[in-house]
Amino acid sequence: MSESPASPLTTADGVPLKVSLRRAVRRSKVKAFLLVSPLLLFLGVAFVMPIVEMLWRSVENAEVSTYLPRTVEALEGWDGGSLPEEPAFAALAEDLRTGQEARNLGLLSSRLNYEKSGMRSAISRTARGVRNLEPPFRESLVEAHRAWGELDTWRLIQREARPYTISYYLAAVDRRLSLDGEIVKVPDHLEVHVGLFWRTFWMSAVITGLTLVLGYPIAFLLASLPLRHSNLLMILVLLPFWTSLLVRTTTWIAILQSQGVLNDLMVTLGVIADEARWQMIHNKTGTIVAMTHILLPFMILPLYSVMKTIPPSYMRAARSLGGKPFLSFRRVYFPLTVPGIAAGGILVFILSIGYYITPALVGGQSGRFITNYIAYHMQTSLNWGLAAAIASILLFVVIVFYMVFNRLIGVDKVKLG
Amino acid sequence: MKHDDKQAGKVALKRVTCAVAGASVMALATMAQAQQTLNIVSWGGAYSMSQQKAYHEPWMEKTGDEIVNIDQSGNALAGLRSQSQAGNVTWDLVDMLPADAMIACDEGLIEPLDHDELLADAPDGTPPSEDFVDGALGDCFVASIVYSNIVAFNTEMFPEDKQPSTIADVFDLENYPGKRALLRKPINNLEWALIADGVDSDEVYAMLETEEGIQRAFDKLDTIKDEVIWWEEGAQPPQLLADQEVAFASAYNGRIFDAMVSEDQPFEIIWDAQVFELDGWVVPVGKLDKVKDYLYFATDTQRLADQAQYISYGPARYSSSDMVSVHAETGIDMMPHMPTFPPNFATALQKDDYFWADYNDELTQRFDAWLAQ
Repeated sequence: MSESPASPLTTADGVPLKVSLRRAVRRSKVKAFLLVSPLLLFLGVAFVMPIVEMLWRSVENAEVSTYLPRTVEALEGWDGGSLPEEPAFAALAEDLRTGQEARNLGLLSSRLNYEKSGMRSAISRTARGVRNLEPPFRESLVEAHRAWGELDTWRLIQREARPYTISYYLAAVDRRLSLDGEIVKVPDHLEVHVGLFWRTFWMSAVITGLTLVLGYPIAFLLASLPLRHSNLLMILVLLPFWTSLLVRTTTWIAILQSQGVLNDLMVTLGVIADEARWQMIHNKTGTIVAMTHILLPFMILPLYSVMKTIPPSYMRAARSLGGKPFLSFRRVYFPLTVPGIAAGGILVFILSIGYYITPALVGGQSGRFITNYIAYHMQTSLNWGLAAAIASILLFVVIVFYMVFNRLIGVDKVKLG
Repeated sequence: MKHDDKQAGKVALKRVTCAVAGASVMALATMAQAQQTLNIVSWGGAYSMSQQKAYHEPWMEKTGDEIVNIDQSGNALAGLRSQSQAGNVTWDLVDMLPADAMIACDEGLIEPLDHDELLADAPDGTPPSEDFVDGALGDCFVASIVYSNIVAFNTEMFPEDKQPSTIADVFDLENYPGKRALLRKPINNLEWALIADGVDSDEVYAMLETEEGIQRAFDKLDTIKDEVIWWEEGAQPPQLLADQEVAFASAYNGRIFDAMVSEDQPFEIIWDAQVFELDGWVVPVGKLDKVKDYLYFATDTQRLADQAQYISYGPARYSSSDMVSVHAETGIDMMPHMPTFPPNFATALQKDDYFWADYNDELTQRFDAWLAQ
């Protein structure tokens, strides 16, 4: 109190208080950053890098320019009107010979085979005998494999020499580049992806709707029952939540299959004939039932956490002001639970479009998701570029949904528990 | 306080170092005890069991090596690729199909093999290059067995005087009603559809390279599509047949044989138009020195003949074929159950690996689209 306002405040050792405060704040900021840095590092390595790598793989197209460098150079300026001249053929023979010696033509032939079936054996067969080829290569290569006499092959090589490609994305939506460079639809008998995308989205929407319809009353009970009872109920919700996904999925197989518990029961009760057992698994029904059950807790918990915060006196007030039960519910209670519905909805929807084990086990042919196709391209067809493109499209869709959701509801209103 | 924390941290660090050092010493010790550990990738099930008995157990007894079985052959190519990209190849020897081996070899994932240098001669001195059957020795591949894709049926589901016998019967719903279980892939199904439709087996692959041929095969498959249950795991077809869920099932012949002799199931194999192919070993890059001796041992005449005591796959060496005797457990004669037995082999079709290397992607996509229709 005795200090005059002109002299600045100082600490005991004479440093101005402002400076000292700034130092202290900076120190604690650095500390805080150091504390979270392992987490940041982990996120970077385990989350950001794989996504960047995935996006990169979905457009990367280095094969042709890496493994056929001379051919690509020789084709520069070629107009694509008729077969290229001898130098291009000679360059190809040279590239194939180098590749055969280094044994690295595999990726190249896979890449070209995606665009034109038959290129894999054209390259591997030609490469095997390339040492014995004699000039003029224009004749000897065409003799070695008919593909080299086709204009399409050369146009393809010229086109795929670019370092980036959109053809994986086009393939992911059942389109492809024609040799004139136009985007065209693939023939009907090759269409698979678009249908699967739509199925994934609408079935996820159905599953989200079902979890809401089933979860809302349960969450309401949880929030309104006395603690003793609601705890018991909570355990019943959490117990399946803690059980392994595979166990829950296979349990549904045991219940729903044609020789399963439910069908047996129905036959015993005489509801259905033994020959006319219901087909409830290995189709869409199987996927929807199993996934609704598995994802139900993700709807109940956010709903519960929101409902718990709504004072019961609101409903009483609404009723005492003359509102009928349904009207009071619709006008007072329901609007207050919307953040919970939104949180549960977006959570269940995003989780379910990424689900893959459950549809693979219980979905059969008609209940498969696009995610099962990603797994197929990762493990079996080994077309990792296409797998990356499909996965990236799913990622974009999720981001778009999230942005729409944020615009409509606002992420800050969401409560997850 | 701070000082104490640091001290504690140092102690903890020391402990960790000690633990790591201890663990590596222990690892070294176990390695010295058992000469080395070989990670061998194969198909699992009855097939891995036959390898275990015919190759692995005698080898472990002889050398003290330890052999770890990894059932990953179904995804062997993907596994080799990702291990090589990650720069950490943990597999030492891989059992895979020649079509996959061809791709892996072109990508430089597996070692080229000099067969006459690396493999044992036949007992009479014939070099390996002459002793192995046609196509058994690829640039990077050495076959151990000949196996076959066949269609089998449950004899109890047809009257005794009207048992199916040809591949055309499988597509004949009128005379041979019942569900069919087929592999959920275009491979084999397209070939069988064309042969059942009257195409000569020599012309099957040439036809499948044309749009009309493919359409004809799918049209033929359309005639039975409603009666087909699609399987994906090798263990499914014998199960479906045993439960009488299906009348016919396409399968690997060894699995059906196993169910017939070990479980006494009333199955019969339609050998007509069997699609046979080879299966064998490849060596991931950099592992040749480690597995050289084992590979020499496991592909010699005696070992291949031994394996045929446990499973009905034909040995890939001529010199072993003569030594095929009886089933180890039941004592039945193995010869009539081999794909290569002359009466079984009469109308056999060899799977064209080049064709499937080229067209598998496209035809699988088309097959999936067809299934979804």
